[in-house]
Amino acid sequence: MNFPPLAAGGPVIPNFGGGSASFACERANHLFCWNWVSSNWSPILWPALRQHVVLTVIAVAIGFAISTGLALLAHRRHWVERPVIAVTAILYTIPSLAMFELLEPLPGLGLSRATAEVALVSYTLLILFRNTLTGLREVPDEVRDAAAGMGMSPRQILVRVELPLALPAIIAGLRIATVTVVALATIAALVCDEGLGVPILTAISNDVFKTELIAAGVLAVALALFADGLLVIVQRLLTPWMRARAA
Amino acid sequence: MGNFLEAFKFIGRNGQIPGEPPLPTLVHLSLETLKITGYAMAISLVIAIPLGIWLGHIHKGSFVAINLGNIWRSLPSLAVLAIGVALLGIGLGNVLLALVVLAVPPIITNGYVAVDQVDPELVDAAKGMGMTGWQILRRVELPLAVPLIMAGVRTAALFVVSTTTISALTGYSGSLGDIINNETSYHLPGVLGAAICIAALALVIEVLLAVLQRALTPRGLKLSDAARPEDAIAPIVTEPAFEPAL
Amino acid sequence: MHSAGQPTPQTGDSSLPRPHTAQSEGPSAFPQAAELELIHVEKRYPGQRQPAIPDLSLTVPAGEVCVLVGPSGSGKTTAMRLINRMIPLSGGDIRLGGESILKREPTELRKQIGYVIQQIGLFPHQTVSENIATVPRLLGWHSSRIEGRTRELLELTGLDAGEIGARYPAQLSGGQRQRVGVARALAADPPLMLMDEPFGAIDPINRVRLQDEFLRLQAQVRKTVVFVTHDIDEAIKMGDRIAILREGGHLAQYDRPEEILTNPADEFVAQFVGADRALKRLGLSTLAELELLAPNGRQPDENRLPVTATIRDALSAVLSAGGAPLTVVDGDGAVVGLATLELLGGLLKAGEPPER
Repeated sequence: MNFPPLAAGGPVIPNFGGGSASFACERANHLFCWNWVSSNWSPILWPALRQHVVLTVIAVAIGFAISTGLALLAHRRHWVERPVIAVTAILYTIPSLAMFELLEPLPGLGLSRATAEVALVSYTLLILFRNTLTGLREVPDEVRDAAAGMGMSPRQILVRVELPLALPAIIAGLRIATVTVVALATIAALVCDEGLGVPILTAISNDVFKTELIAAGVLAVALALFADGLLVIVQRLLTPWMRARAA
Repeated sequence: MGNFLEAFKFIGRNGQIPGEPPLPTLVHLSLETLKITGYAMAISLVIAIPLGIWLGHIHKGSFVAINLGNIWRSLPSLAVLAIGVALLGIGLGNVLLALVVLAVPPIITNGYVAVDQVDPELVDAAKGMGMTGWQILRRVELPLAVPLIMAGVRTAALFVVSTTTISALTGYSGSLGDIINNETSYHLPGVLGAAICIAALALVIEVLLAVLQRALTPRGLKLSDAARPEDAIAPIVTEPAFEPAL
Repeated sequence: MHSAGQPTPQTGDSSLPRPHTAQSEGPSAFPQAAELELIHVEKRYPGQRQPAIPDLSLTVPAGEVCVLVGPSGSGKTTAMRLINRMIPLSGGDIRLGGESILKREPTELRKQIGYVIQQIGLFPHQTVSENIATVPRLLGWHSSRIEGRTRELLELTGLDAGEIGARYPAQLSGGQRQRVGVARALAADPPLMLMDEPFGAIDPINRVRLQDEFLRLQAQVRKTVVFVTHDIDEAIKMGDRIAILREGGHLAQYDRPEEILTNPADEFVAQFVGADRALKRLGLSTLAELELLAPNGRQPDENRLPVTATIRDALSAVLSAGGAPLTVVDGDGAVVGLATLELLGGLLKAGEPPER
């Protein structure tokens, strides 16, 4: 498909209204026009950022749910691991451009957020599945033995011992998955009119309007780093014993 | 589903549309994609592998090497490409520049970690046997570092293939992405056909690199965990220090 | 420390702790200890011709420490793990307090049995207090009761409740972790304790300390304990009864330590116990049990031993002093008596250690 329709209210170089000097920066297509950013924050950048966050959160949440379920299954029945790895690895290898396009004609998808979400979710599965399963496996054997010997049922061992000890690996996986999704969601603009990809593509189609491009790009990077940092804090809060280890 | 059927027919026709003047064939576009990928990887390998390995060998620069990776992962490739075009205009050289910028970090990071984390006792034993630094690197550290280094290379390669196709969105023509960018001419079946080719191309490259990794991995290591194929695509990480492909 | 109605265990002169002897005076008055019976216990692994344990029968009276000792492959750990059903029984029965273990749900059974393994297996993600509270929490105890019990156990095992309780296992030394492991196993006041080489991973100096502390603990709580070790010296020190297992899971001898040392059942036991078993026997008694010679005049400052020293150590001291008499002193340093080579040698001639 061609570039998505212009975002509402987005200025198009060189058709800036009026001949005033106030748009001189934009018309000259300097690297970064602060005026443009401040006046277009609410109509363009902020909605795009918000949509981007929504896209990311939904994708990571669904991916997390699916991969955790699969990892718990693989933890019990070892044969599950190989096929799941094979499928998720293939999904992971498919370049994003191709992935978004291949999903489009499928029934129920088309040009919608659902298509974007399906694609984004598929990129999270390998990482989340691997890390969760590894985290569960790395629980020391003697800890499991002691838990069973004390009379915990398998479910109690899972919930009270294995999952908490697997948290560092699980959250590490979440960090990678989240940052990956934030970056990939810019391509999602191809199939749904949402996210920071929209101003980026718009800017490209407008003779590569640098300010909009850089503004949206920087926002995407900032969002990714922010989410990463947030998850680091979450991990520190949830795993107080890890700090003790370093002490 | 009719679309997919049409897509395969499109592929069978090597990307030509009946009744239209000859278009760049799928084969040609695929080769072009591979060419760009190849150039970008070659340049990146030349820059990144020596640098990463050397840093790992002298055990310096971990902060940079690892955080480089974290930042890299968050860069939207579309944005990087577009900025490259914005600053330098459209052209192969500029696309290559963006690709190299995107491919170098994972190779450096993985190269660094791979060599840095070779068991220090092994290095110590080698030193005790009288090996020079260079010999230690060549005979002990590098062979042991192969799986992880290849993981970084495979990550980078997948990423470059993916980004090459995306370059079509920024106006650079000369890859399979052109078709996807031009739906008005090719219509959905054409776009699907191109997408299938891209996916196939990526999988083939991945398999080839896996074979290469197997060939380069010393026999003793092949038996260990480090040699599993999916480890390269997404090495198990409990502290993010390596990057997956995009 | 005990709830009302529990008579204090009798251990003789309580001002002289005897770290080298096991505790077994009188009947066990601790209701929370149960008798353990192994009745023709059999364990076979599929695909193996020889059973790991062909036919094992023994009874551990309530409140006693039974040590399972033997070389590797003797099935001692297997036997222990059969008791709490970590390994399924192939044949025979095991009864705890008269009731077959097969009658209860394994997870319920295990909450009634204290379990201490060599690597301890403390939960790294929980504090010491939370670790200790594990089984009480599984049993649904009131949080105030759990808190009190945790504090009690920390004191009992010689740990500072205020300081250690909030720490994580990674912040503890090996010896501390071991003690927390024992406290955790005691938390729900189980009638039976299973301990699999609990002090095996500790350095020798701390191991002795931990052994002594456990014996002191056992003197107070008087649990029925099954203790697995490969070290015959540890077995002699810790056990009220010792079950020596041969390779193949055969019971070679099951008896009190003195009996095994005096009358080993066969060649294997004699060899396993060691050629110095007569000396080992002397390690079971202390100078306090002897009629010492009266001191004559002022005694030299060298060559002094506390009255709590074992007769074996006394013999060693006399030998290294070239036969000069030992001055035996009490806890305050006051002279209690003399011990000479003849006096100690008289014991050897009699061939029997004094009545304990």
